[in-house]
Amino acid sequence: MFDFRIVTTWFDELLRVTCGLSNFWTILIECVVVGLAILLAYALLAIVLIFMERKVCAYFQCRIGPVRVGWWGTLQVFADVLKMLIKEIFAVDKADKLLYYLAPFLVIIASVGTFSFLPWNKGANILDFNVGIFLVTAISSIGVLGIFLAGWGSNNKYSVLSAMRGAVQMISYELSLGLCLISAVILTGTMQISGIVDAQTGPWQWLIVQGHVPAILAFLVFCIAGNAEANRGPFDLAEAESELTAGYHTEYSGMGFGFYYLAEYLNLFVVSGIATTVFLGGWAPLNIGIEGFDAVMNYIPGIVWFLGKTFVVVFLLMWIKWTFPRLRIDQILKLEWKYLMPLSLVILVLMTVCVAFGWTFTING
Amino acid sequence: MYFTLFVTVLITAAFLVVAAYAIAKLIGPRSYNPVKGEPFECGIPTYGTSWLPVHIGYYLFAILFLMFDVETVFLYPWAVVVKTFGPLALATIGFFMLVLVFGLAYAWRKGALEWK
Repeated sequence: MFDFRIVTTWFDELLRVTCGLSNFWTILIECVVVGLAILLAYALLAIVLIFMERKVCAYFQCRIGPVRVGWWGTLQVFADVLKMLIKEIFAVDKADKLLYYLAPFLVIIASVGTFSFLPWNKGANILDFNVGIFLVTAISSIGVLGIFLAGWGSNNKYSVLSAMRGAVQMISYELSLGLCLISAVILTGTMQISGIVDAQTGPWQWLIVQGHVPAILAFLVFCIAGNAEANRGPFDLAEAESELTAGYHTEYSGMGFGFYYLAEYLNLFVVSGIATTVFLGGWAPLNIGIEGFDAVMNYIPGIVWFLGKTFVVVFLLMWIKWTFPRLRIDQILKLEWKYLMPLSLVILVLMTVCVAFGWTFTING
Repeated sequence: MYFTLFVTVLITAAFLVVAAYAIAKLIGPRSYNPVKGEPFECGIPTYGTSWLPVHIGYYLFAILFLMFDVETVFLYPWAVVVKTFGPLALATIGFFMLVLVFGLAYAWRKGALEWK
């Protein structure tokens, strides 16, 4: 398996030795490169995801989706972005301007922050703290604040309602999200993202196989809770377009709205990415213990595995969004507090029992 | 090392917002009329402020969330060592989980989980 650290070490040495730069300048240039890489990946993925969503949604509704701009509608999203950029940015006269302009920052920081934890390849995670998973949940909860401030600061009755709904929904589903992640941490014994992926390399070592019943349940609960956490249908109460005009971002024009749009799709990707990392093995290839098969699978680069698995989960979540009707607020809270929350506690205990008595699925060899 | 990267990520995120706003301000049109400054509600003039008291149910769930979230935070450090501790880990967390489940059951019984 190709280790991406070869590239980073080469680049580091290029700056330090070949160009003879001091420590400060090396780190500064590396940080700028990292920042540009994040921005590039973020923008590229947003475009791919928005296009994918429009096409998937269209086919679910027996339409063909955008086809006019570019070949098969491929340039549609670029046109949309351009349109958003050239719109005027203005706020409601009576809005709380500080909160109104602060909110997109929080939403984007939460989204980019969690995005940079994803393991793209062996040795290619940007942030790799030893408290990785914990920090991911911590940063993702800043997003709630952004959505709440956006709705509250807009001084629009629908937006305030939507902000309340969004906040109560997102904080509720954070609990089962956290508990599912904890059950994965129990299995791997580390919170570091790279450590979690390393624990899943080898034959039948993906956590969803390793942890059999509790892991499969945890994966399902994680997908449901993640869908709610990303504010997507059937949990899109906060932006219920038929009841609340557009929800918390009603009063945002042009790029202001664009940030929420961007963050929504990237949050979808991050949720799928974390689900992939934690349960489906991240960049770890599918190994089944037969040498020839494993060799072929290991030949495929890690980033292909990671993106492939993530997009499968993304498609799963889109499928859920476009087939289920929107839930009411009481149904959403009932689902979380009376079903998912007790279920995730049961999963936690089951997983602990499995790990404590060594009843996990492992092949030594 | 990772702290530097973390700060880089935060700056990148802030830069994205600032840059997009700056470009939009630069190339976007600018005009003003009083109607444009109205909230987009339903067409008739907006009545009163939007910052009204909201349903108490939201606060109830927020408080419940606080309780359970702090409890899940305590589970993280324990989760890391389950593998090394084995059955002992199960026993040590048993009491804690009992309190957690009891709290949920109590809230359920008291009707705090109902949306009224």
